[in-house]
Amino acid sequence: MNIDIEDISKDFGKTVALHPVSLAIPSGTLVALLGPSGSGKTTLLRILGGLECPNAGRVLFDGQDATHLTVQDRRAGFVFQSYALFRHMTVFDNIAYGLRARPRKTRPQAAEIARRVTKLLELIKLPDIGARYPSQLSGGQRQRVALARALAIEPRMLLLDEPFGALDAKVRKELRQGLRDIHDTTGLTSVFVTHDQEEAMALADLVVVMSMGRIEQVGKPDDIRARPKTDFVREFLSA
Amino acid sequence: MTETLTLPKPRAFRPATTEPVLVKWALIALVLAILTVLLFAPLIAVFEEALRRGAAFALASLSEPDAQSAIRLTLLVAAMTVPLNAAFGIAAAWAVTKFDWRGKAWVITLIDLPFSVSPVVAGLLFVLMFGSNSALGVWLVANGYPIVFAVPGIVLATLFITFPFVARELIPIMLEQGRSEEEAALTLGASGWRTFLTVTLPNIRWALLYGVLLCNARAMGEFGAVAVVSGKIRGQTTTMPLMIEMFYNEYLSVAAFTMAAVLALLAFVTLALKSALEWRYADQLAATHRH
Ligand SMILES: Nc1ncnc2c1ncn2[C@@H]1O[C@H](COP(=O)(O)OP(=O)(O)O)[C@@H](O)[C@H]1O
Ligand SMILES: [Mg+2]
Repeated sequence: MNIDIEDISKDFGKTVALHPVSLAIPSGTLVALLGPSGSGKTTLLRILGGLECPNAGRVLFDGQDATHLTVQDRRAGFVFQSYALFRHMTVFDNIAYGLRARPRKTRPQAAEIARRVTKLLELIKLPDIGARYPSQLSGGQRQRVALARALAIEPRMLLLDEPFGALDAKVRKELRQGLRDIHDTTGLTSVFVTHDQEEAMALADLVVVMSMGRIEQVGKPDDIRARPKTDFVREFLSA
Repeated sequence: MTETLTLPKPRAFRPATTEPVLVKWALIALVLAILTVLLFAPLIAVFEEALRRGAAFALASLSEPDAQSAIRLTLLVAAMTVPLNAAFGIAAAWAVTKFDWRGKAWVITLIDLPFSVSPVVAGLLFVLMFGSNSALGVWLVANGYPIVFAVPGIVLATLFITFPFVARELIPIMLEQGRSEEEAALTLGASGWRTFLTVTLPNIRWALLYGVLLCNARAMGEFGAVAVVSGKIRGQTTTMPLMIEMFYNEYLSVAAFTMAAVLALLAFVTLALKSALEWRYADQLAATHRH
């Protein structure tokens, strides 16, 4: 799905989180929102997911105005920064949650739900953990379960907030490839937030460099590295 | 004179986290002593006084119409206030922890008001608002809805007094848990109501249960505020705590202590209920690691 962001702005009282920003994301791209802490990445991601309402501007999905679409109707698979797994549910129930929440007419049968959950557990390469609770998982496992839960609703796009932020370096590298693989098999337009430029460059098709609520530069990793457009981008990349 | 250098004797090995045995036992003994003096001894005394002239005599005092009416009224008041305050408490905690709005800090302070105001003052407030001194009170009585010196006043006063229990249990845990699980449920397509039932409520159920039990204990035990609004009409607006005082003042000590024992037993039942639930759901408790 194509995503178009047109002059979106957002403030929280006195703090301006986003000055009007615009961005076009072609269907099937894996996009990194890259920038230091407080640059507005999470805010932009949450606006895409419908968790935050912009003060002005429009969001278009495949050319259709989606600015006032409810969170539920956006069908965005959202992976939260600390994963936000339902702590009182097993992994299986976590992943099944979105399917069970569907209105009766479109809700799959229990057997079909079980089949899909099993398939997703295989996709994230954790086939045997369905009966466990989130507190019994490692950080990397939690992240993958959060990804599976988001994929279960057959989302139109994937939005991930610092998906590797809470993990140690080794697991991070592994899961990076995991995300790339899942993106390539599903073909979903995906946007992930990171403050790690190496991660953004290694993983994304398109990198969006942000600073203080503005988009500084948009481009392929190689282009940004070869031709930083502003002083900020040059300094941020050399850090 | 030669001085011999004495090395300190090597001490027995002990892990850094364990206290010496003596300290441990001294502390346990102290706690038991305090519990005995403040809790067990008075409780036993209550039951002893109640049974001084035999169980039959004690039970007979309970079957008096006034006593029966007091028990019924107390159960009725608890049955009305506890569900209402559970709902109010959840709503207040939800509003305070899941949304940002102006005046929020102010409301958090206000939730504690019933704890900082003397119950007698609270009772007087209701008498002033709905009593015969106010136009509203006169109108209500004229139209057949008396509040002061009637059951509605008792319910209102008890609602006010017990309002903080549920909200105060819930606010810290809901703050700690944040909003992200609810947001996750919404992005997965769940409605607000479904999110509340399947995510919020299970996450707060133990704190909620605890708050409800405290609320219930206080609703049945409240004296001051109820004493002021009820008018203490025997057989009509007299709750168990008020009845106990009346019996006691009339030197009906067996009746007074029997009623007190019943009130204490009701408290035991709620505590036993809580323990039973905790035992039954121990695995879930461990998984969600909360009390
Ligand atoms: N709910 C909120 N209330 C108030 N200020 C907020 C809120 N969310 C974000 N902000 C502010 O908006 C700015 C951008 O935040 P954010 O989008 O989280 O940045 P990033 O994800 O790039 O670290 C920051 O200054 C932050 O303090
Ligand atoms: Mg962020």
